Amino acid sequence: MFEKLYKIVEKLRPNFEEGGKFHAFHSLFDGFDTFLFTPNTTAKRNGVQIHDATDSKRTMIMVVIALIPAMLFGMYNVGYQHFLATGQDAGFWATFAFGLLAVLPYYLVSYIVGLGIEFTVAQWKHEEIAEGFLVTGFLIPLIVPINTPLWMVALATAFAVIFAKEIFGGTGYNIFNVALITRAFLFFAYPTKMSGDQVFVRTEGTWGWDNGHALVDGFSGATPLGKLATSEGVQVQITNTLGNQMTFLDAMNGLYPGSVGETCTWAILLGACLLLFTGVASWKTMLSIFVGGGLMAFIFNISGIENAAATTPWYMHLVLGGFAFGAVFMATDPVTSARTETGKWIYGCLIGMLAIVIRVLNPGYPEGMMLAILLMNAFAPLIDWFVVQANIKRRLSRLQTK
Amino acid sequence: MALSQKTKETLLGPLSANNPVIVQILGICSALAVTVQLKPALVMSIAVTIIVAMSNVVISLIRNTIPMRIRIIVQLVVVAALVTLVSEVLKAFAYDVAVQLSVYIGLIITNCILMGRLEAFAMSNGVWDSFLDGLGNGLGYGIILVIVAFFRELLGSGTLMGFQVIPQWCYEHGYVNNGMMMMPAMALILVGCIIWVHRSVSDKK
Repeated sequence: MFEKLYKIVEKLRPNFEEGGKFHAFHSLFDGFDTFLFTPNTTAKRNGVQIHDATDSKRTMIMVVIALIPAMLFGMYNVGYQHFLATGQDAGFWATFAFGLLAVLPYYLVSYIVGLGIEFTVAQWKHEEIAEGFLVTGFLIPLIVPINTPLWMVALATAFAVIFAKEIFGGTGYNIFNVALITRAFLFFAYPTKMSGDQVFVRTEGTWGWDNGHALVDGFSGATPLGKLATSEGVQVQITNTLGNQMTFLDAMNGLYPGSVGETCTWAILLGACLLLFTGVASWKTMLSIFVGGGLMAFIFNISGIENAAATTPWYMHLVLGGFAFGAVFMATDPVTSARTETGKWIYGCLIGMLAIVIRVLNPGYPEGMMLAILLMNAFAPLIDWFVVQANIKRRLSRLQTK
Repeated sequence: MALSQKTKETLLGPLSANNPVIVQILGICSALAVTVQLKPALVMSIAVTIIVAMSNVVISLIRNTIPMRIRIIVQLVVVAALVTLVSEVLKAFAYDVAVQLSVYIGLIITNCILMGRLEAFAMSNGVWDSFLDGLGNGLGYGIILVIVAFFRELLGSGTLMGFQVIPQWCYEHGYVNNGMMMMPAMALILVGCIIWVHRSVSDKK
């Protein structure tokens, strides 16, 4: 089958080359060609170079595959929360289908807008299409609430791709994680659509299916972290949509409201295993985020600060909200994270700690992961610089003692 | 009155080729602070234009008698006097705008454009030329302020000069004002966009 596909691509190729009928779309053709097949051109063999059988398109696909469990679970959870809120028993497939239909438009919008800009810029600058948006476009629907209007997602995606990526020079040159800039834009531009108890559960139908149901008694669409941030007392009450107490295992299982892909820690861990096994993401960054976050939350636990988020047990903080998702898929982005090995420990640790600090000390931001990662993205080059300088100093002193 | 080439250059240069905000990157601070709405931005532009032009004239008049070692202090005194005057006038005749602008009228004293023009131009040029230079720079500053404020007010509040521009119909169908436009961060990005457009146009020439 692959050979047939290869033959078709090769047959079409002359049309897109210089002088061909569709030369105007050559970057589009090139993009799909290298997406399907590893390019047969490699760097010239003079001098010392590191050769690897894989290229960045193959690497990106690995991240997308790692995200699939979280996406599938997210779709199921969207349907599950909807039928829970409207008090129906729909069965597994109907639940999943509802979520699929609800999430699919976000994928369409994010890919059409993002790839559209990417292709236009590539064509305009006579460059190859960069593959970075493959992952970004897959992440965006997973980190927004399910009730975000589609035009807002389109606008935020366009903003992030242009201002966080293209003006810095495209894929591989961005300072900030593009998917998180999309979320940050939405968060600051349309705060009412990004937090509160109205946005995380699809109470209306999707595509006209299952419209107009009354909500069940005691329903609250706020996320567990949202409830922690707004609760008055110091009593720890982590509850699900219907007001029942949630255990650690419930939080791991992820059947609670939140952004689409962030809730189920099992699915995220599955993705993490794949990323670590293939060596795409750094285990140092991931581990140090969990260590830093756990440590900070533990400090708050014993500090005696009297608010609900501070008294939440430290292990709950690690599995609620976007902490795990951010640690596994966002902070490990090789472009925006620290690149030195010691730097990765510092970078990860600070992300974990900051995320918890923001969650606990600022009730305006129930979720601190996005801001923590973006902030540390800005500091990653500085951390690297200090690590490199320390290394130079150490080696210099070794030289001088002789 | 036909303007000579040099006069034209002095007056019109700062509007685009030598713009104080987007080419010399001066006065950015106030450009971010007062551009949430169009009206204060307009008033601010007018105030700065008047103050730059008048202080340029005054300094140019006394430029030969100012001792070089204390010239910055002398310039500051002149600017401060004019800023106080404008501030008082605004409080008397446009009180609500003056309240909106709050400290930023007073902070015109520290606006880099003023000191820059006094040092670079008024100290070494004649009165008429200095007046035109101040006028041009004030207008160049004003143009950018008005462009930024236009987009910020239109997209951030859906109004222009306080009047509703985006129809109610849009809001009923799910349109929401962009809160990001109300933040100084977005003003900086807008200024960046203007610089981007300006450079790509002027590089082609």
